[in-house]
Amino acid sequence: MAFDPLLHRASAPEEDVIAGLGSRGAGSLLRDRAFILCLILLTSVGLVVLGVLLVTTGSDGIPQINADFINNFPSAFPERAGIQSAIWGTLWLMGVVAVVIIPLGVATALYLEEYADRSKWWNRAIEVNIQNLAAVPSIVYGILGLAYIVRGPLSLGRTVIAGGLTLALVVLPVVIITSREAIRAVPPSIKEGALALGATHWQAIWRQILPSSIPGIATGVILSLSRAIGETAPLILVGAATFVAFNPTGLDSPFTALPLQIFSWVSQPNSDFQAKAAAAIVVLLLILVLLNAVAIWLRSRFQRRW
Amino acid sequence: MEASSAAGRDTTPGIEEVLGVARRHSGEKVIKAVLFLAAATSVLITLGIVLSLAGETIQFFRDEAVTVGGFLTDANWTPLFKDPEFGVRPLVQGTLVITLIGMLVSVPLGIGTAIYLSEYAPRRVRAFVKPTLELLAGVPTVVFGYFALTFFTPTLLNNILHLDVSVFNGLAGGIIVGVMIIPTVASVAEDAMAAVPSSLREGAYGLGASKRQVSTRVVVPAALSGIVAAIVLGASRAVGETMIVLIAAGQVPTTSVDPRNPMETMTAFIGATGKGDIPTGSTGYKAIFAVGFTLFIITLLINTVAIRFVRRFRQVYD
Amino acid sequence: MVKTVPEAENPQIPAEPPAAPAAVSVPTPTVSHPEVVDNAIERPVFETRDLAVRYAGKPAVLGVSLKVPEKEITAFIGPSGCGKSTILRCLDRMNDLIPSATVEGTVLYHGHDLYGPGVDPVQVRKRIGMVFQKPNPFPKSIYENIAFGPRVLGLKGNMDEMVETALRRASLWDDVKDRLKDNAFGMSGGQQQRLCIARALATDPDVLLMDEPCSALDPISTGRIEDLMHELKNSVSIVIVTHNMQQAARVSDRTAFFIVDLDGGEDRRIGRLVEYGPTGRIFTNPHDTRTEEYVTGKFG
Repeated sequence: MAFDPLLHRASAPEEDVIAGLGSRGAGSLLRDRAFILCLILLTSVGLVVLGVLLVTTGSDGIPQINADFINNFPSAFPERAGIQSAIWGTLWLMGVVAVVIIPLGVATALYLEEYADRSKWWNRAIEVNIQNLAAVPSIVYGILGLAYIVRGPLSLGRTVIAGGLTLALVVLPVVIITSREAIRAVPPSIKEGALALGATHWQAIWRQILPSSIPGIATGVILSLSRAIGETAPLILVGAATFVAFNPTGLDSPFTALPLQIFSWVSQPNSDFQAKAAAAIVVLLLILVLLNAVAIWLRSRFQRRW
Repeated sequence: MEASSAAGRDTTPGIEEVLGVARRHSGEKVIKAVLFLAAATSVLITLGIVLSLAGETIQFFRDEAVTVGGFLTDANWTPLFKDPEFGVRPLVQGTLVITLIGMLVSVPLGIGTAIYLSEYAPRRVRAFVKPTLELLAGVPTVVFGYFALTFFTPTLLNNILHLDVSVFNGLAGGIIVGVMIIPTVASVAEDAMAAVPSSLREGAYGLGASKRQVSTRVVVPAALSGIVAAIVLGASRAVGETMIVLIAAGQVPTTSVDPRNPMETMTAFIGATGKGDIPTGSTGYKAIFAVGFTLFIITLLINTVAIRFVRRFRQVYD
Repeated sequence: MVKTVPEAENPQIPAEPPAAPAAVSVPTPTVSHPEVVDNAIERPVFETRDLAVRYAGKPAVLGVSLKVPEKEITAFIGPSGCGKSTILRCLDRMNDLIPSATVEGTVLYHGHDLYGPGVDPVQVRKRIGMVFQKPNPFPKSIYENIAFGPRVLGLKGNMDEMVETALRRASLWDDVKDRLKDNAFGMSGGQQQRLCIARALATDPDVLLMDEPCSALDPISTGRIEDLMHELKNSVSIVIVTHNMQQAARVSDRTAFFIVDLDGGEDRRIGRLVEYGPTGRIFTNPHDTRTEEYVTGKFG
């Protein structure tokens, strides 16, 4: 604690105390100032790095972006290389991810929030398991995808569906956790009110709890999608090719994706390709900003303060 | 309904309905079962991870060239060479060095940010810093990798700081990994500090403590388990990070701990080796799983510790 | 990110303020006091026999036996923590929602065991309406709030008519007929509570349970709800829990007085029914000294 000698003196003359209230001593004040300054510096480092990253990438990449870049397919020549197949691949992947994680994530969240009896060990096990899954490195999901989805039991090959399923597994815990929060935010009085009117538990959920929590769930889904969109490591293992000069034609089609295309160009020694990587990063970041803007809009427009 | 007519009392009309047979319960049970199956899928995923990793790992150790002892102690990792050696130590060591550098960066920055946001930041500054940190957290790691390789190493480390580092080096990888996990550390630590009851702060102010003293000697100690959880979670993310190290730290497994040189982490090995066309059953294929299993076990241990700490600080103040 | 779920205590437990510390210690609880069971009621809507509720094994309220008459207003009064709301929630099986709660004893509804085998709590709640402490309209339009009950019950008929009838019965129709599509959250607190009453009436229940329905309302809104109760008692039986003695005296025909029994020490508060009878008698000529002390304002 503060150890102000003035206050701890056995019998402080009154003038001293009053004088002491005015100034705590220059040293102490200086230390306080230095401490705040230090905190501000520490806080700003992360923000500055983000700023530098955006500026350098933008200045490298933005001049590269034009209609050709968006419309062209990958090429061995940097001046002809484009991201059309990568954009379509990413869109296909996101479709698969959304179709998998929305029902699975919301159903799991509903079970855990509305039905699971926490005194049963298996329900607690499911909860702990989801927490752990959320922290498993994404590349481990890639190994799972390689062994069981691309090859092994499912043997789907290096296709859109295999890549989408793998990414869905990566972000599923996030959807579950955010959906649970959204469901928990609906006050219990709403559920009580529905049940008191003779609704069954499921009617109360389906007609009152779920509609009230949709904005929160949607926000979580969008944030999960924006995480999935930037995931690269699992896709490397699932074996998406980077040189795909055509758009996916279906779920069983080979594909590439934006982050993979970026990785492939970054790995090229030719610095023209690195500029292409910067351009693709700008496109990827724009998509992410757009998704997040939608999430923020949803949150502010529909989120209810109970 | 039969139940009530059997009771056969002359009562208010409509009473039969009240004591009706529970006909809709079967539907409710089906729904509960379906939702339970969805929840159980998560267990299935874990099971899939463990089985797929363990299965091929066992195959890996069945290989004549591989021994458990050699895997754990050998100093060389050259699974794709003609004369392969399978010592995982260089990969584990590379992971440790990168993680250590990452933590040296993210712990002071993350916790400093948390203290500032929780104790000092004016509302308007918070309203700017928090979303910006979320933005930082949302940057795909492949982008960080690009930044480390094309700006951080050549411009900052070579040209500005005049450090003698290779194109691929552990230092840039580690520092950028550290930047990547600042938001994780900061947000978990800030949650912990926000959970410290204001009565504790007021008590200290009442004793004449300054804001700095309240922050460092009351709030930080009171939120300590949460701060530890933040650090451990950050470490877990650093250990599992792939793209930054794959792009910027290089792919040279080494037992040297000099971060100016290229080094390879467990994740980078998996990413570099597992590119799609690797034949099933080949030694390299099996090595991916052995390294993946090692990685999984390490992160699982770290996460278990983290979850324990998170639970502890929730229990104290909730 | 790893997140732990807070070990949430069950959200359904009604937020009851801590029991009044001033409650007198009772020498010997006399559950079988002759005045407790009012046998004069011939065709009760509810009859409880030795009703008890425990939370996780710990008794919350014990030994409640009483008969609730038809088409009258019955009030449960008593200090906080005396178990009056808990007993009320037994009458439409809302306690089933609290996993740790166990209900013992008997509740007869028109002579039928409400907790008997094969009784579906959902069917029970269709016939017995409930209004809660805080107005809890659904975050939907006024119309949809009323229509919810008839819809989940699968009632056939003209929904517009049903909505209008319910709103008229709750004397809310004239206030809201022009803005049925507006969100219910835009109404005042008193209107919201009358909406909740209308919502409960829409399924035409034969009992209305009201759990401190006016505790969140201003005096004028409270007065309107009390007037409404008087109108409604011609068609439904009403049981109201209130902490407001004057309210019980104003609206109810019968009053049950509950008490917190601190026999087992501070952390073992047990609610008990002390006295039950016509409201006039309970307030003017209580047989039990504890009732007298409470109604004359000596404690509570």
